[in-house]
Amino acid sequence: MDEVIPPQLLQLKGITKEFPGCLANDRIDLDIQEGEIHALLGENGAGKSTLVKIIYGVLRPDEGELWWKGKLTQIPRPANARQLGIGMVFQHFSLFEAMTTLQNVALALPTINLDDLREKLEQTAEAYGLVLHPEHYVHDLSMGERQRIEIVRCLLQNPKLFILDEPTSVLTPQETEILFHTLRKIASEGRAVLYISHKLEEVRSLCDRATILRGGKKVDACIPSEESAHSLAEKMIGQKIEMVEKKSSIEKSGMQLEVESLHADPKQPHGVKLSDLHFHVSSGEVLGIAGIAGNGQGELMGILTGETGSPASGAIRMLSKEVNTLNPIQRRMLGAVFLPEERLGHAAVAEMTLSENTFLTSADQMHFDKRGWINWPAVANFSNQIIDDFDVRTTGEEALASSLSGGNLQKFIVGREILQHPKLLIISQPTWGVDAGAAAEIHRKIQVYAESGAAVLLISQDLDEIFLLSHRIAVISQGTLSLAEAAHEMSVEQVGLLMGMRHDQKSGNAAA
Amino acid sequence: MIDLIIASVLTMLTAATPLVFAATGELICEKSGVLNLGVEGMMLVGAVFGFAVASFTGSALIGLLSALLAGMLAALIFAVLTLIFLSNQVATGLALTIFGTGLSALVGFDYVGKTIDRLGQIYIPVLSDLPLLGKLLFGNDLLVYLGFVMLLLTDRFLKKTRWGMILQAVGDSDVSAHALGYPVVLIRFGAVLYGGMMAGLAGGYLSLVYTPLWAEQMTAGRGWIALALVVFASWQPWRVLVGAILFGGITIVQLNAQAFGLGIPASFLNMLPYLATIVVLVLISKDATRIRLNAPACLGKPFRAAR
Amino acid sequence: MLRLEPRVSHSSLAAWLSPLLAMLFTALTGALIFMALGKSAGTTLYLYFIDPLTTSSSLSEVAVKAGPLILIGIGLSIGFRAGVWNIGAEGQYILGALFGSSLAVYFHESTNPWILPAMLLLGILGGMVWAAIPALLKTRFNSNEILVSLMLVYVAELLLIHLVQGPWRNPQGWGFPGTRMFPDAALMPMLFRGYRFHLGSVIAFLIPILAWIILSRSRFGYSIRVFGSAPLAARYSGINPKKMIWISLLAGGGFAGLAGIIEATSTIGQLMPKISPGYGFTAIIVAFLGRLDPRGVLLAGMIIAVTYIGGENAHVSAGLPKAVTGLFQGIILFYLLAFDLLTHYRVRFISRTAGAS
Repeated sequence: MDEVIPPQLLQLKGITKEFPGCLANDRIDLDIQEGEIHALLGENGAGKSTLVKIIYGVLRPDEGELWWKGKLTQIPRPANARQLGIGMVFQHFSLFEAMTTLQNVALALPTINLDDLREKLEQTAEAYGLVLHPEHYVHDLSMGERQRIEIVRCLLQNPKLFILDEPTSVLTPQETEILFHTLRKIASEGRAVLYISHKLEEVRSLCDRATILRGGKKVDACIPSEESAHSLAEKMIGQKIEMVEKKSSIEKSGMQLEVESLHADPKQPHGVKLSDLHFHVSSGEVLGIAGIAGNGQGELMGILTGETGSPASGAIRMLSKEVNTLNPIQRRMLGAVFLPEERLGHAAVAEMTLSENTFLTSADQMHFDKRGWINWPAVANFSNQIIDDFDVRTTGEEALASSLSGGNLQKFIVGREILQHPKLLIISQPTWGVDAGAAAEIHRKIQVYAESGAAVLLISQDLDEIFLLSHRIAVISQGTLSLAEAAHEMSVEQVGLLMGMRHDQKSGNAAA
Repeated sequence: MIDLIIASVLTMLTAATPLVFAATGELICEKSGVLNLGVEGMMLVGAVFGFAVASFTGSALIGLLSALLAGMLAALIFAVLTLIFLSNQVATGLALTIFGTGLSALVGFDYVGKTIDRLGQIYIPVLSDLPLLGKLLFGNDLLVYLGFVMLLLTDRFLKKTRWGMILQAVGDSDVSAHALGYPVVLIRFGAVLYGGMMAGLAGGYLSLVYTPLWAEQMTAGRGWIALALVVFASWQPWRVLVGAILFGGITIVQLNAQAFGLGIPASFLNMLPYLATIVVLVLISKDATRIRLNAPACLGKPFRAAR
Repeated sequence: MLRLEPRVSHSSLAAWLSPLLAMLFTALTGALIFMALGKSAGTTLYLYFIDPLTTSSSLSEVAVKAGPLILIGIGLSIGFRAGVWNIGAEGQYILGALFGSSLAVYFHESTNPWILPAMLLLGILGGMVWAAIPALLKTRFNSNEILVSLMLVYVAELLLIHLVQGPWRNPQGWGFPGTRMFPDAALMPMLFRGYRFHLGSVIAFLIPILAWIILSRSRFGYSIRVFGSAPLAARYSGINPKKMIWISLLAGGGFAGLAGIIEATSTIGQLMPKISPGYGFTAIIVAFLGRLDPRGVLLAGMIIAVTYIGGENAHVSAGLPKAVTGLFQGIILFYLLAFDLLTHYRVRFISRTAGAS
């Protein structure tokens, strides 16, 4: 009471928002002061994104009040939010790929002469240490560059409140430092920053105060610098999480996946060219491939599954057989399984039942295909086994894939692949957008399965996940891959540095 | 010989004009992210209402305006279904063509075989009388010039205006445009209605100026050819002109081959525009990357804003 | 206030309710149109929708008209399920008739009983050949199958006109466009004396049952569905996209070709410039109205056939233009597409307490 309370910029009282089958925000209170960096902390599905969309006028609350500078306000549209002085950098950028940086900025501002804008854009970018080229097309830019456009676009609106939704998920650790520097400068000018994240260390080092959400409710508020990462995690997750422990010594036997001098041209207009990739994975080990999204992970996955045809040159051997020209079915018949990043539309068909989705990859190994006719009762049995073994919460094998939550659907898909008892498991982003409970469960299953003698290739942007599961780590950047090194000999900083550079391997991969 | 060349160029331009109208309209519609396959249907509706109103009022101009309006109303049905009821755009476009074919046959039932005074050629004293160039440059009907004006306006609109930029932004990423606060559905509504207006105008041109009479299914696939032209043009207005003139040129080949009696059966000559469309589509889509780079990213996808 | 919410599971009730609602609303709209044309709504609606079902001979006519619609509709529904938009069935129908009829034209005095089966097979082949063009151009050059297949309709119509006016014209036909009448051996057997119900109609009614078994129980049917709803998942599963495109188009072409040659060898008995009242386009509506499900296509084919016969009745007895039938077909598809919203979304009535605009 004896301190001078800084003026309240934004106050939320009892904000409630319901979606079909999901109470996304349940009577949430929040206040943000001028000049502070305020964290909104919570795991996936806690309601963070819904709340900021309400503040920015993208969604309307069902109930609750919103006070701006002490006045009761309504924000029916983003334009109103911008008029008030609220700016936002979205998690999935709201950029237009077929347009230039300058056009993208212009679209977010009231009518303005493009030449004047170009000048202002360059000035602002320079003032905050952000490199931008006004005439470059967005589809050619890296994730970090795209985020810079969003930030500069926001700054040009001269906002009082600056909202960032999970901004570091697409940045290298080094890029993250630059971002933090920018944000501190913004706060020092008397503006407020609302910083949404589930990364505890970041919040501890950057934010002045934190509001913690869990299951759509505000569960706590604290000063992050006075907390430990562990205590923050407990507040955020609300239960003790069983951490998996990695065995440091593994028994390696035969090589199950070998990739040599792999070159592949992109199949998409803005795709990444893979050049000279070398790596191998042995039985019982997990090889982690880290990297920022869009550096060739999708292309690598497509080449490994056989979905995008044969590589331009080089060799892929799975289970001691060259598979360059084999299709996905033939590769599965050797004993490999694949798990692509995108759940709905790629690993599963949204409008099909779980049983029908089971058949998608298990038709041949599990002998569900009898001379072209499908043995549906057997498929249903196997589906029920997956549901039981992997603790999938659903109404049954007849449920549509789209009706499951992200975590449950992912458990089902991981189960579908592991229960086919493969010798080689190739997975990409297994816990992206999955709640912490399901993520821990999936990690445990993968680890146990690797220990039982399978070879696992893990492609992930999540460094925590990479370090948690991998025995060796390689980094993919601009379609090139660093030499894999033992995980216990690598630090997060080292991996971060590798994420930002090309790796033109001169010779073959030395055995690790 | 020179007279023949001039006559050929004039024929080519008049044959190209309805394609220019329909294709520029559809281009704007597609730039906003909506694929309306109902161009043929909207043209027929425009053609029949234009003709009916013109023969009722005796004014080809009022007829032409009615054609515009009729095309727009037909597009309104499409807009309501695809943008509000979120129906499949391909299926709805087909439905619009089937509907337009049926409706125009019904409305035009009593007008088959009737004639009207066609919309007059403009005549500019002195200029139109100039030898050679007079006829070539100033001897067309007003709408041929309007076609060029529309091309110019469409090009300027897309490249130079803020609204043009917003339209393309909506077609590039509806989600982003929505997040920035642009009324995606409203903008698409406008684009679809504009496309309908231009298709109606194209139909009206056929029944009021080009032939001028009404016959069932008189558009003879020009709506579909206009759709192909948009792809051929890689969604760029001036390339529409190239395509339209190409098809105008085919019309001349048809007429002249018959006139000179080359012994090619008429049916085969009549196939030319359709075969040319296929050839053009093959040539242009061979380069898949180019199509994907130029096509609006949201083309054909439904959009519903969560509120 | 009304709000739309995505459904968690598909409502199969709504899926079958929307065609029924669409038909009901089409009838209501039809009543308004008839009144605007100065006719009694009740009488005309009766002529359109009920009268064709009242006598055995008109029922036989409905079955005969439904045949080609069902056959083409089955083929199209396979393609539409796979997301392959073959809208050139009208052209494939014509080519089927052309290929098949060539035998009857060149062997016009034949009494060989094998001529009819051979004509049917050639008919299927003809439809497939015409559909193979968009398939080849799509798989090789990525050309849009909608536009290519449609352009080929115009080409097929002109080809037919050329043949029946030129090389294939009946020398004893007083110059009228059209071939000789087919020999008896090349005609579909009629099954009941005095009715036009023929063997081809029976084939048309059996095919949907076969198609339903294949589509619901076989891996091929499954692959078609996966490819149509999630192309990436299909590739992941190991389904070959080009194969799916080829099969979709060949199935559509084959069935349309079969319909074409059946029509030529049954109700017409020769080739003429006009051998289809737009069956190939109407079958698009049949496929959608039948929910792309063979059982539904069977039903929808018969319903649309009723409106064809009803349209002819109304033309003869009430002087209504035949074009009304085409208009109805467009309207029914519009309503169907609108009511389909109910299968994907739930409409909820809600009252707003806060944040209302």
